[in-house]
Parts: sequence; C-alpha cells; structure tokens
Amino acid sequence: MWLYRLSSPKLFYHISGRVIPWLFLASITILVIGLFWGLLIAPPDARQGDSFRIIYIHVPSSFLALAGYYFMAGAGAVGLVWRTKISFWFMKSAASIGASMTFIALFTGAIWGRPSWGTYWVWDARVTSMLILLFLYLGVMAMIRAFDNKELGQKNGAILALIGTVNVPIIYKSVDWWHTLHQPATLKLTSDSSIHIDMLQPLLVMIVGFYLFYALTICLFLRAEILQHEQATSWVKDLCVRRLRKSG
Amino acid sequence: MHPLRKQRMQWICLMLISVSIATALIGYILRQNANFFYTPSQIANGQAPIGVSLRAGGEVVVGSLKRARESLLIEFHVSDDWHSVKVTYEGILPDLFSEGQSTVVTGKIDDQNILHAVQVLAKHDENYTPPEIAGMYEDRGT
Repeated sequence: MWLYRLSSPKLFYHISGRVIPWLFLASITILVIGLFWGLLIAPPDARQGDSFRIIYIHVPSSFLALAGYYFMAGAGAVGLVWRTKISFWFMKSAASIGASMTFIALFTGAIWGRPSWGTYWVWDARVTSMLILLFLYLGVMAMIRAFDNKELGQKNGAILALIGTVNVPIIYKSVDWWHTLHQPATLKLTSDSSIHIDMLQPLLVMIVGFYLFYALTICLFLRAEILQHEQATSWVKDLCVRRLRKSG
Repeated sequence: MHPLRKQRMQWICLMLISVSIATALIGYILRQNANFFYTPSQIANGQAPIGVSLRAGGEVVVGSLKRARESLLIEFHVSDDWHSVKVTYEGILPDLFSEGQSTVVTGKIDDQNILHAVQVLAKHDENYTPPEIAGMYEDRGT
C-alpha cells in the first residue's frame, strides 16, 4: 500500500522535498490571485461596503481551523491504532498550524465584528465554541509536550484530540441550533450559496489557496519533526554530511 | 486486521461514542441557556426575566425608529413576526443598524415591557450582493 510506504519517515522526507517547491509556488500564486481578485476586483457588498472583504481571510482560515482539527485527530487515531511514529508527528504539526488558523479566524472575526456588529467580541454560541477550539488545539500542543516520556505524551495528546472532535460539528451547526449574533452559513453544501457569483469566485480561489498553504506548512513542520526525531539514524547523518560538504 | 489493532480501534470508537453522548446530554440541558438572546415572543410569553439584564434579538420594525431632537435618545420596536418589544436606547448605533434589519440589544425590561438598552448591536444576514444588484431587487420590491 502506497500510504503505508509513505509512512516511512525517510521516504516521506525525500518525496516531500520534491513536492515542496511546487506546493510553495502553487499556494503563493493562488493566494496572490485570490487576494487581488477579492480585494480589488470583486464588487463591494451592498450593505457592508468594503468591510465585507475580510471574508476572503476569515472564511478560508475558519475552514482550515475546522478541517485541520479532523486531520489532526485522524492522524492521532491512526497513531494510536497502528503506532506509526509519523502519524503522531503529523498530529503535532497539525496542532500548531490549526491553532494558528483558529487564531486568524477569531482575530479577523473580531476586526470584522467592530464595523458590522458594533463590537469586537460577543459570547454567542459560534464565537465561544470557536474559542474552545483554540483552547483544544493549545491543549493538544501542551499535552504532547507535557511528559518526559515522549510516547506517553503523544498518546495522551491523541486521546485529547479525539475527545475534542465533538466540538467541530457543534461549531458548524451552532448558528442553526441557537440564536447567535454570528450570521448563518453563506456557503452551503446542499443548496445554493447566498453570495453573488462575482464575490464567490475569489472566495473559492482563496479556500483552495489556503488548503495548499496548509499542505505546504504541514510538509515543512513534519520534515522538521522527522529530522529531530530521526537524528540518530544513519540516513539523517548522511544527509547532514552531504549538506555540509555542499556548503563548505 | 491484527487483533490488537482491532481492539485499539474499538476502544477509540467506544471513547468517541461515549464523549458524543455526554456532550449531547450537556447540550440538551443547556439548549436554552446557550442562546445569545431572547426572541420577542419569548419575552411576550413571560419566558424572559424582568428587571434582570438580558439580550433580545429580532428585526427592527420598519417605521418604528424615532430619534429625539436634542439628545441621542432612540426608540424602536424589535419584532419576530409574532410579537414585538419596544426598546429605548441612548447612544450611537452601529453603521449596519437600520429598519428592516436584525439587531440584538442588551438591557433590562421594566414592568411595562419596555426594554431599556445599554448596548445595541447589528446582526447582518448571510447574503452578499453587489450594490447594483441589491438595487435591482429593491426596485422590483422583493
């Protein structure tokens, strides 16, 4: 199975090394196009004017904050069942990146809230459950690092990540289940989105760009984890020797 | 699958199911308390406490907004199609606040069912349209 082979740290390190330049190029290009399109070409909103344009950061980062939690918890589950080292390192990388995405979503939400709602912050179900997501990410990050025995920390981190998955559907459905100040979903899976096509297109471009950027950062973080954990192996030592020769 | 791995996977599933049930039960207990605001119907039915700070949310009734000439005193009605609540407020309204749009106000309800607001927030909906197209809709009266 190709996925099983890719779980070899050495193989992943070499393959990701070839993919990273392309991921870098693709994500930066698409993000620049998306930002240019969304901030300069897309029309302003009839009610909110230009302030709605923060949607082009707010929505993609929220998507990755939620999806990234499932990636992290899924990797944790695979690690718990199959005991593959790389799954736990993936989980650790996804925790930091997911926490950053959640912070960006909350921060842009606060900036957007001031001109549209009239306040930076409210304790409604959506905003509060999103804040809990940030604490869950930080909790997983802390748990992984909290034990002298690294394996124990990773297992406990994975369990905490899995328990926290119940929060993700709550965040997603909070605007339907309770009265909130936050608007209901604009992008819908089952029906037409309630955003004009001229504003929707750059948003979809930004979402694709964020996914690629997420994949890029996961690769970079995971490679750092691999080098750190495998520093005693011969292939990492060889790699270092070759690097040193090249530079000196 | 290796029996040990199968067992671990079963433990994970059991953990996810039990945590989901626990969360669903907590959510069931909190279902009312997790609401950010009361609707005018809930207030009219006496479900909202009187004399205690609370939030009410709904649509600002078209034609109900009155501004005092010499002060920042404002008065309007908030409705949810069935009932409405009269709100008084002294201060500056958010830019997106307008008649026919949603709002969430914080304040105390007096014995005459008037809500004296200390904070007024604007709630915008999930629709995003360019100005020209929004204008076309208004011309058609929808």
